[in-house]
Amino acid sequence: MTIQDKPDHQRLGMTDDEYDAVIDLLGRTPRTAELAMYSVMWSEHCSYKSSRVHLGKFRSDQPWVVVGPGENAGVVDLGDGWLAALRIESHNHPSFVEPHEGAATGVGGILRDIFTMGARPIALWDPLRFGPLDDPHNRYLLDGVVSGIAGYGNAVGVPTLGGEVEFADRFSRNPLVNVMALGLMKREQLVLSAASGVGNIAVLLGNATGRDGIGGASILASASFEAGDEEKRPNVQVGDPFEEKKLIEACLELYDRGLVVAIQDLGAAGISCATSETAGNGGMGMDVDIDAVHVREPGMTPGEILMSESQERMLAIVTPEHVEDVLAIAARWEIDASQIGTITDGPDLRVFAEGRLVAEVPAASLADDAPRYDRPYERPCYLNALWDSEPAIPDEIDVAKTLNLLLDDPAIGDRSWISSQYDHTLFLNTVIEPGHDGSLLRIKGTHKGMAVSTDGDSLRTYLDPRRGAARIVFESALNVAVTGAQPYALVDNLNFGNPENPEVMWQFVEATDGLAWACEELNVPVVGGNVSFYNQTDGVDIYPAPVVGMLGFCDPMPDRPPRLDRAEQGMGIWLIGQEASDDFSGSAYDRIINGTLRGRPLDVDGATARELIASVVEMAFDVPVLHDVSVGGLAVALAEIAFVSGTGFRVDDVSGRELFDETPLRVVAITHERDLETSVPRRRIGTMGGDQLGFGAAGSMDLSAARRIWADALPRRMR
Amino acid sequence: MKHTFSVTIERRSGLSDPEGATASRALTDLGFAGVHSVSFGKVISIELEADTAQEAATQVEAMCRKLLANPVIENYTIENVS
Amino acid sequence: MTIAVVVFPGTNCEHDARYALALLGSHAELVWHRDDDLSGATGVVLPGGFAHGDYLRTGAIARFSPVMAEVERLARQGTPTLGICNGFQILCEAGLLPGALVANRDLRFICRTVTVRVESTDSILTSHTSVGDLLQIPLNSYEGNYVLPAAIDGAPSPNVVLRYCDSSGASGKQMNPNGSTDSIAAVADANGTIVGVMPHPERAVEDILGSTDGRVLLESFVSATASVVA
Repeated sequence: MTIQDKPDHQRLGMTDDEYDAVIDLLGRTPRTAELAMYSVMWSEHCSYKSSRVHLGKFRSDQPWVVVGPGENAGVVDLGDGWLAALRIESHNHPSFVEPHEGAATGVGGILRDIFTMGARPIALWDPLRFGPLDDPHNRYLLDGVVSGIAGYGNAVGVPTLGGEVEFADRFSRNPLVNVMALGLMKREQLVLSAASGVGNIAVLLGNATGRDGIGGASILASASFEAGDEEKRPNVQVGDPFEEKKLIEACLELYDRGLVVAIQDLGAAGISCATSETAGNGGMGMDVDIDAVHVREPGMTPGEILMSESQERMLAIVTPEHVEDVLAIAARWEIDASQIGTITDGPDLRVFAEGRLVAEVPAASLADDAPRYDRPYERPCYLNALWDSEPAIPDEIDVAKTLNLLLDDPAIGDRSWISSQYDHTLFLNTVIEPGHDGSLLRIKGTHKGMAVSTDGDSLRTYLDPRRGAARIVFESALNVAVTGAQPYALVDNLNFGNPENPEVMWQFVEATDGLAWACEELNVPVVGGNVSFYNQTDGVDIYPAPVVGMLGFCDPMPDRPPRLDRAEQGMGIWLIGQEASDDFSGSAYDRIINGTLRGRPLDVDGATARELIASVVEMAFDVPVLHDVSVGGLAVALAEIAFVSGTGFRVDDVSGRELFDETPLRVVAITHERDLETSVPRRRIGTMGGDQLGFGAAGSMDLSAARRIWADALPRRMR
Repeated sequence: MKHTFSVTIERRSGLSDPEGATASRALTDLGFAGVHSVSFGKVISIELEADTAQEAATQVEAMCRKLLANPVIENYTIENVS
Repeated sequence: MTIAVVVFPGTNCEHDARYALALLGSHAELVWHRDDDLSGATGVVLPGGFAHGDYLRTGAIARFSPVMAEVERLARQGTPTLGICNGFQILCEAGLLPGALVANRDLRFICRTVTVRVESTDSILTSHTSVGDLLQIPLNSYEGNYVLPAAIDGAPSPNVVLRYCDSSGASGKQMNPNGSTDSIAAVADANGTIVGVMPHPERAVEDILGSTDGRVLLESFVSATASVVA
């Protein structure tokens, strides 16, 4: 059967059962426009139908949480009337189809999620995953994605403070492009999406509606890819950062002047989603006049206008007496606005075109009545073989030779090829820029600081989804702790393969268990998240790749927070936290030197993690350098300090094995003090100085030669 | 009467043209021997109302001088494609 | 009166410019590009960003915004006029400064702190510095490559204010981040009262942000505005 022969609902990605559910709900066959609305709103991307039954395990009931999951962004209280909004999203499939525009529109979308809440977006992070760079197509994707993020973020005027990057073959035909955004506001600026007030007007602001991206959410993000799907280009939206910048300023002015009752951005499923969500969340209905929508091209059908994913649009709910003011502000910022709807007492969303009723559905049903699947899951058989073997690690390691190979790895080498393409200093908030463990932003006019780290570890998560996912939470917590910030709130982006595969579903269940457990151990609320399933191309699922964005908070912020470039000649080098205990499963050593992936990564003890994190936060107020030991182990952590500070070092009595071990919960501290005031285990391992990376009996390397390899790892591949 | 003009804007010769230089290197790398130079420009299509073709051309010329081209770095040519 | 910081749709460094000027004890007001009265302004700043989306050419459309007639009037009568990054591009498009700005040599956006060397103190940006001073200033641009077709036009040599260099003060192709003609990072008109600068001095005004080398440049500008009788 060719696609043309399929019934409409199947062509729109809907199963027969789901179609029957729509008929039951409406008591009749859906009209064309209605079917289009349900097909997108009930897609995996919009409805979380395969994941929702598992998301209840995340806690967000801590007292500093102002808005938890479910709104456009999570919001936490920073004291003195300050609120932070945070959110993470994925744009995986669109970025594969068109890397530049896919990544760019991902940035635009997440910024709207932030300013929809009333907050000014102040920073972005982009966690990325690609296939190996020896394949020209992967280089093309990396280049396009980075230029798309830079092109949009820099122009819209929101700094991008980094993110992280992984390269693995499973991402070759399915790159992961996640984006996290942070916003800042005063409490009185907070706006929610629930409409109220019969007779209030729905005003559509921003870009004209065109045919771009129709069906993007359901088609691109809710199905697996097959060869030739690059041809899905027409579904990718095109972003306009200039329009978005004007929209941000206009919306912030609307909030300042208290002119909106509620607001919602237009993302997946465009007008149908925004109108049904605002009405449905408020328990109201809405009458929508399709003919009032300002469109970019003639001849669009009502269904196309309802479903269009044209970017840079917002739907504001406004009382009738404020409509004139809202239109005037829109005109001042040179954005288009049209009155497209009226709030009714519901419960239906009714859509009219040329005076004809083209859709009439219960507003809340598009979101609330979406199917929920408790999909079967099953422990994969591949795990036994992986767990039965261990990475082969020799007792004697040639440190110089090994470290040279590690430093040349594009995920370990200097990533400034990426971050220098992002404006990361705009707004004068950036205290710690990309290239350190976590970013640190100050809040002007206060002593408060916010730190952010995004982390993922798909290889360890593949080896053990529960432990791998838990470990990224602890790692991100340490990454913010080394700046002096307390782990405060978390958002997660759950990138997985096809959920209809029970083994993938098992990875999902295990990984979310691990994330939820680790967050509870640290008392960190999960204030938002995103699930991206169907990351599968030609039947190959990606490595399970949950990515977390951790927000840390400090008040006061350290006067001089630790930085890698504060290491100086004569300072002592200390290793803090756990002793190395032969943790090579999923390590850089096993991946790069052995070319294998096997074994079972170590578990983390919650109490040990809590104690270390608390000590590190305290030390950050005195110790000039604190650096988390992660990919590549102690050897890479020390080398990074040497490269950034320009100062060599000598460590003694650390074996080659210990240098590349990736046991978690370890931090390097560098200080002039003769001892460290801390209750956690610590030992002095060496001294900064000289022009060598000196590993005692294990060998040494010339600092500048090693630095060149590290600095060129990414550029030489992208030339 | 409606007229359609095509305006071609090119970088003045002798000026730095990073797009052109990069494309030229890439073409050579791809085995296209004998590529001397590549220069980038843009084509702008303008539809306008005017009584005569001459009057339309005069207007387009003025548009180029005032806004569409930067004479410091760019040359332009105008073609009536009505 | 005050310094006018002009805001075009797409400008994004206006708050940073105002914040930095305030740190130096100066008062600046944001002026929307449709306003056409700057009477009373003691100085003008065209801040960075992507005015009018940088469509057509960077600065090309901004140059025709209503406010620009007034900016030109003030600039030509000697009111201190400073274009930073995108503002530099607009001043060139408006013909207030020679040359033009095109895409960086490597066709990539560059965000990093660069070293610049003071070439002339005869400008509103450098009057408080000495020739040869080395300053660390963040650079943030895609179209930061300054092109000066002087050789073609036989125009007088430009009033170069800052040049890109390395930490020892040496200039050359290796130390030139974006391919600018003669490593020019800032240029002034013949009187030194209209200046375009590609790196962002307003991003280097506090220790906590990594450099304070932008202060001396903005202090020069502020003191020039102080002597203006508006």
